[in-house]
Amino acid sequence: MPTANIGTLVRRNNGASIIDITGDVNAAADEALSAAFEDASQGGVKVIVMNFSGLEYMNSSGIGVLVTLLIRAQRNKQKLRAYGLSDHYKQIFTLTRLNEAIVICDSEAAAVAA
Amino acid sequence: MTEQMSESGTSAAAPQGARDAANWAQPVTKLTVEGERAGALNLNVDGRGLTGPLQGFGALWQKTYRLPLAGVQATPAEVMAWWKAHLPELMPDDSRFYPSMTGVKPGEVVLINATLPAMFGAPPMPVSTGVLILYADDESFSVMTPDGHPESGFNTFSALEEEGVTFCQIQSLARANDPVYEFGFRYMGGGAQQEQIWRHVLSQIARHYDVEPAIDVRKLCVDSRMQWSKAGNLWHNAVIRTTLTAPVRWTKKALGRKP
Repeated sequence: MPTANIGTLVRRNNGASIIDITGDVNAAADEALSAAFEDASQGGVKVIVMNFSGLEYMNSSGIGVLVTLLIRAQRNKQKLRAYGLSDHYKQIFTLTRLNEAIVICDSEAAAVAA
Repeated sequence: MTEQMSESGTSAAAPQGARDAANWAQPVTKLTVEGERAGALNLNVDGRGLTGPLQGFGALWQKTYRLPLAGVQATPAEVMAWWKAHLPELMPDDSRFYPSMTGVKPGEVVLINATLPAMFGAPPMPVSTGVLILYADDESFSVMTPDGHPESGFNTFSALEEEGVTFCQIQSLARANDPVYEFGFRYMGGGAQQEQIWRHVLSQIARHYDVEPAIDVRKLCVDSRMQWSKAGNLWHNAVIRTTLTAPVRWTKKALGRKP
């Protein structure tokens, strides 16, 4: 298992939870992202926005981690949105068809309002 | 308005980057099989779209198969280099892989010719399909399935080190692609066959490194729901299409034409 190199910051914005993600999203990020998701879901929050502006690296195991978060969100009847993705990572979301279930927005304001 | 905050992690703020850029396949909407694959039947791949864990029909499973290479002095990168180079030889006879001449590289298509087990008096059924190499680096590679493949999702093959021991790992995150496959996986031995395939691969690696094939298997049902909106995936079912087109291939073969 690679060493985790991820930072998460959970905050609220207009009733939505924002998870600021920095570093690497891979298999080792599972624990940190799950904890952040749990934290972000506190209080029955229905919209969770992932901010990928600080994303440095993502591999296919990282995509798998995001899929499991998405399933948890669907089970909780929560909406999962993303912003801050570079063109490269937008392409990966499209390639893996993650973009069909996670709405990709141009800004935090758009993600919160979507 | 920011109302509350909590923070965790081991990394400080980071700039936008893409050091993984060379590891990913280029975006594709339809697969294209390039180059001849000696002995392979190329069906149900050309022109097909990709299906991930979210696009399939059945319950979503994460299955992890691990082999410790205890006592073996080889780094994960060395093990993975050997694994990639010998991928076709590691597969069992009833599930043959045909990579391109380029090998295991992002964006390449691997053709798969397999045979599903005989059940309830029915003969074994052939299936011709493939996978896209979605991601590859020095210690891992992942494949993604096309429309019609029995599974919809990803398989990640990796070598990693934990507490001084190198492990080989195969992890699938996938669901049956359509209702017929879901039935097959649950009640006709498809799930057991899939497990047997990956056990076979890891056993072959164990044999090469002369270690006991002490394979650990962990299964986690990530999502037990059937996605009935995806039942129409049946249209691309590769087993049905491979079987239905068999007479055409036999006729062409009898006439001396390329099947």
